[in-house]
Amino acid sequence: MKDHKKLEGLQKRKAIAGYLFIAPFIAGFLVFMVKPMFQSLYMSFCNVELGPGGFTSVFAKLFNYNRALTVDTEFNRLLTEELYRMFINSLAIMVFSFFVALILNQKFKGRALVRAIFFLPVILSSGVILGVEYNNELLSGMQEMIENSTNGASITDAIQQILVTAGIGTRAFETVFEIVDGVYDVAIASGIQIIIFLSGLQTISDSMYEAADIEGCTSWEKLWKITFPMISSLFLVNWIYTIVDFCMRSDNEVMEKISETMIVNLNYGFASAMAWLYFATVLVIIGISSWIISKGVYYYD
Amino acid sequence: MTDRKATGSRVSAFWERNRKSEGYLLKKTMYDVSFRVIRFFLLFGMCFMILQPILSKISVSFMEEKDLYDAMIISIPKNFTTDNYKLASQFMDYGKTLLNTFVVSLTIAVLQIGMCTLVGYGFARFDFPLKKLWFACVILVIVIPPQTISTSLYLHFRYFDVLGLGKLITGEAINLRSSVIPYYLMSAGCMGLKNGLYIFMIRQFFRNISKELEEAAYVDGCGTLKTFLRIMLPDAKPILTSCFLFSFVWQWTDGFYSKMFLGNIRLLATQLAIIGDRLSSYMTNTLKTAGASVGYINCIVSTGTLMVIVPLLILYLFAQKGFVESLSNSGIKM
Repeated sequence: MKDHKKLEGLQKRKAIAGYLFIAPFIAGFLVFMVKPMFQSLYMSFCNVELGPGGFTSVFAKLFNYNRALTVDTEFNRLLTEELYRMFINSLAIMVFSFFVALILNQKFKGRALVRAIFFLPVILSSGVILGVEYNNELLSGMQEMIENSTNGASITDAIQQILVTAGIGTRAFETVFEIVDGVYDVAIASGIQIIIFLSGLQTISDSMYEAADIEGCTSWEKLWKITFPMISSLFLVNWIYTIVDFCMRSDNEVMEKISETMIVNLNYGFASAMAWLYFATVLVIIGISSWIISKGVYYYD
Repeated sequence: MTDRKATGSRVSAFWERNRKSEGYLLKKTMYDVSFRVIRFFLLFGMCFMILQPILSKISVSFMEEKDLYDAMIISIPKNFTTDNYKLASQFMDYGKTLLNTFVVSLTIAVLQIGMCTLVGYGFARFDFPLKKLWFACVILVIVIPPQTISTSLYLHFRYFDVLGLGKLITGEAINLRSSVIPYYLMSAGCMGLKNGLYIFMIRQFFRNISKELEEAAYVDGCGTLKTFLRIMLPDAKPILTSCFLFSFVWQWTDGFYSKMFLGNIRLLATQLAIIGDRLSSYMTNTLKTAGASVGYINCIVSTGTLMVIVPLLILYLFAQKGFVESLSNSGIKM
């Protein structure tokens, strides 16, 4: 009886200590996340006007949502375009980072250097630099010039021409070629994903591969029967990370429109409504896709 | 002569072994060699692809304006100049901005990682009621784009008031918009840039430390805090370095939070965004020309970008191990 009580005391002390440790998060979450979230949700239903002593909001029902979806000429188009781009790019990033992680996990000369170069985009493609990069018309102009001077010998162009004239399903191929042409965007966006995959690959024990070797597995079989299932949970993590990362990129057109509406036009209600629409759509996509992926995830222990 | 003999005997030994293995050895060797060659070209190509924009920026940054439009010049400037650097640093107020950025990034990174470590440790090593709920909140913080709530956060800081205290004393709400306080407050509450991610990674790391170590510390008379400081923190050095470096770098290049919550302090990221406009107005107002051409603006922007990332590149050169090797070798289980 006394022992039981003592244990309870220890547990209680640990619970209190635990709460003390996460107290900063709770405080920050309540003040800087929950409150603004409800406020912005409320604002999205209001007409917000800035006054000298504060801001006044007049309840306006679904006016802002209505405006975003039916009146505004850009929002729908931008949203669908962004989501389509997000989906295609995320898929490409997943495949790319998985295979790069596989290669970088092998032993070869100069691995440290190659790794260092591949992770460079983690620094270089973040924040404002990415936005600046995209406006760089000069570099793209130079690229065009080089292409022209070499008689347009782009290998994707050539293959595309052959396949299109051969009359094989053109729509799907166009998407593939878009990705291949934009492989630089994929490469610079997949730094963190490669790191996560790599750290997952480190956790697979060698004994499994050895056993497979003795049983006569080929590398191809080992890839799909051991590596793939063992790090399948990381696909979920990476998928969510990729989508979220894409949402927050500074070159995202929907985000640009939102912040322009807010900072330049000072239309807070409309901006919040658009932000919430965007967020809800992304959340639904994340929810559905991670539900589908989690069906296939295999947990070893 | 002996060399050739040795090679010859090795070759014949190879064919002997190949014959014994019924052609398997030859197949495997060919497969290995071709795999290596393909891998080399693949990696070389991709590395070049990643480095190429930086290299071309470097070459462009040393060109004079007329070089930009010369079709004969692609990568090596004919008229070598460092004027672009002078102009870019003048537009960005480089020295002062660099110092500002360094101080802000450093303090923010220290604050954020300190707080995230506490929270991550709390989630990893303690059991308490509603733990699952709070952790779901961490995931929520990762998933919610900050832009969704930025509207009201912006107003929140514009008319900052805790429980109406400010109004009681001074008669009106405090405007924190033009100071750096908002972002420090947010960082202290783990709500800064990608802080949810740091909490998640740190928690994953602490979860893998064996329970026996912790219990041994308790048995030897360490309290909760002492166990954390003396036993757990030294172990977590690699992951904390990684997170700190990420936090520092991302803060350095971040435009969104800097613009919204760091007030009017001049940071490299925000200065870089307006460097093109500065050049145009400089050309029209000071030099009395028709304004800057597209090519020249891009040249200056490239130079400015280089100047922003050079400190990071130097940091990366020295701390490359801390950035990625420690993280990718730690084998964090998700």
